[in-house]
Amino acid sequence: MRTRLLAALLACWAALPVAGAAELTGTLKKIKDSGVISLGHRESSVPFSYYDDKQQVVGYSRDLQQKVVEAVKKELNLPNLQVKYTPVTSQNRIPLIQNGTVDLECGSTTNNLERQKQVDFTTTLFVVGTRLLTKKDSGVKDFADLKGKNVVTTAGTTSERLIRAMNDEKKMGMNIISAKDHGESFLTLESGRAVAFMMDDALLAGERAKARKQDEWVILGTAQSKEAYGCMLPKGDAAFKKLADGAIAAALKTEGEAIFKKWFQSPIPPKGVNLGLPLSDDMKELYKSPNDKAFQ
Amino acid sequence: MYEFDWSSIRPGLPFLWKGMKVTLYITLVAMAAGIALGTVLAILRMAKNRALAWLSAAYVNTFRSIPLVMVILWFFLLLPAVIERIFSISRQEDTRLTTALVTFSLFQAAYYAEIIRAGIQSVKSGQMGAALALGMTNGQAMRLVVLPQAFRNMAPLLLTQTIILFQDSSLVYVASLADFFGVAGIIGTRDGRQVELYLFAGAVYFVACFILSSLVKRWQNRLKGHA
Amino acid sequence: MHNWRWEVFLEPAQGGSGATYLDWVLVGLRMTAAVSLCSWVIALLWGSLMGIFRTYPSKLLYGLSTAYVEVFRNIPLLVQLFLWYFVAPEVAPLGLGAWFKQLHPNLQLFVASMLCLGFFTGARITEQVRAGIESLSRGQKAAGLAMGFTLPQTYRHVLLPMAFRIIIPPLSSECVNLVKNSAVASTIGLMELAYQGRQLVDYTAQSYESFIAVTALYVALNLLILLFMRWVEKKARVPGFMGGGGR
Repeated sequence: MRTRLLAALLACWAALPVAGAAELTGTLKKIKDSGVISLGHRESSVPFSYYDDKQQVVGYSRDLQQKVVEAVKKELNLPNLQVKYTPVTSQNRIPLIQNGTVDLECGSTTNNLERQKQVDFTTTLFVVGTRLLTKKDSGVKDFADLKGKNVVTTAGTTSERLIRAMNDEKKMGMNIISAKDHGESFLTLESGRAVAFMMDDALLAGERAKARKQDEWVILGTAQSKEAYGCMLPKGDAAFKKLADGAIAAALKTEGEAIFKKWFQSPIPPKGVNLGLPLSDDMKELYKSPNDKAFQ
Repeated sequence: MYEFDWSSIRPGLPFLWKGMKVTLYITLVAMAAGIALGTVLAILRMAKNRALAWLSAAYVNTFRSIPLVMVILWFFLLLPAVIERIFSISRQEDTRLTTALVTFSLFQAAYYAEIIRAGIQSVKSGQMGAALALGMTNGQAMRLVVLPQAFRNMAPLLLTQTIILFQDSSLVYVASLADFFGVAGIIGTRDGRQVELYLFAGAVYFVACFILSSLVKRWQNRLKGHA
Repeated sequence: MHNWRWEVFLEPAQGGSGATYLDWVLVGLRMTAAVSLCSWVIALLWGSLMGIFRTYPSKLLYGLSTAYVEVFRNIPLLVQLFLWYFVAPEVAPLGLGAWFKQLHPNLQLFVASMLCLGFFTGARITEQVRAGIESLSRGQKAAGLAMGFTLPQTYRHVLLPMAFRIIIPPLSSECVNLVKNSAVASTIGLMELAYQGRQLVDYTAQSYESFIAVTALYVALNLLILLFMRWVEKKARVPGFMGGGGR
């Protein structure tokens, strides 16, 4: 709204839109006209989207994002398509899609109905459950054991809302710490400020890999919710969504398990640790029949 | 006891240097633009025209009474749309760096202005009178006589303010722009080595600022010796 | 056009408990005031002690206080805050870190912010105090000693009372700076004014209203401090010194 007001006020500066190529609309037209696609990525969402030591964006979601870029190149017949990378955070990722700074964001963003009011999501990349990371000898076996303890989670996530609601409803008397990002959450856990860290299990595996002694930590507890990660793209851009959906679905069917193995069951950059996450039933199902459904 | 593990720093150096370049870029641009605008503000503040003097005072006092964190939040809310229009760059461009440059230039100008005003006042009265008696116009007297001397006197103070600016630029953190400290955070978060990276960042800032401020201090003493 | 909705402050905040968004802002204001006040006490006491050391004829004390000032002035406040909150508890000796980490999370944030702001501001006050003492003529110290005072007594009864009166104006601007600097504590999650302002934006999407409210409160706090310090200055003025009449 505000942006539109300013746009109107300052219209004298605006460059006239370039007369369009036939048929193309929305994002695809913008990409064709400018020869540039703008990709959103995370900086430290291991192993979905993060920087390696050469400051290249790597990760599971990044690999699938690349499939979409290939498809765009082919569709628009643009072999020299330039790719622009914009790092996003959990706070600014939705506004950046909405205002057109980013054409496609692939990281660890949950597809849910609330967000669907603001952006569209592609075919699901990954399915996670929200669980707990804790020390093996902490005595915590499930959520019920957290009564009266310090628990950490990352601000602005589904887990934060779930655990706050649980705390209120069941009067568990937990002290909930909301850290700024997953790395800070894990630091809070590892340094002993909290006994458990609630988050999506795949991200917990990514954080556990940073520990000095990986095998001291376990992921456990009943999953409090299922989350479907998808790439975000601008709302209501059917042509772009169809292209992206198709590219991701094809990749998941043919090489989904191989990409999974590469990021979750093999040594990954920058330190060559292995996350050792087993392939879940939900993931097997997803690779068999890719879809873009949200769980909530 | 905590077991330090510094192994993330060496491979991260190229990335850290990239962040340091952002920090230096913000510092240098904001210094140049801030001193230029600060000089204008300082001269306006002493103008005969009441309205201009008042405007300049309002500008300086407003910026000086709001926390930098809030100023950054304000500018990142308002500026991106304006910048896009003025420079007519497309939505795809990342305007965060430009926003940071504008924010710090405007903010620092308020602080530079106060230093420059004091500098001008310290040479003004007699020198100005002499220059005017020689037949110079007000503008000429200011440009040719007063400002050169004022700048020579206050150069150390301006540099000290620039060191503060160099430190303050780390606050672009709240807009998640990857300056030196931001990159240290990214690497630390990615590798689970925040403790080491924060210590390293602190050490780098300390060494850089300590050397710079020692040099400034020495220069200041030499100027005093001359006077 | 921006859809102004000032009534948003009177709406009940999300998360139950019946508090309004205005209550959130007031909680933040109280936190800003509390953390600023506590840090100010630390800064004043510690800064005065270090300032005395800076002028004291002892190599050890001089070196100690100089090192303190250099370290705390040459590292950005934001970095210092992260060092206090994330690093200090890991490296603190005597099990102090482990003890600290078992405190209530909000108390940890408060203590870390308070110590950080206190010692950061303390380094600046050190320099003010030193300048204040050095601005007194050497005669004052000699006179104190000649009257039979010991050196600490001379500081206590002669030098400090004068020095402090002289440095009230720079101290008041340090106090204003402290309140402004406290906004940095929002980065580690201390629920002070700036933090609550950003929370409000997240929850209500009324960015302008929340930022305007928060900014206005900071300005009001600053004015309050300046008025108070001006009153202190008037009360403490030494007749016949500094022109008496002020500016």
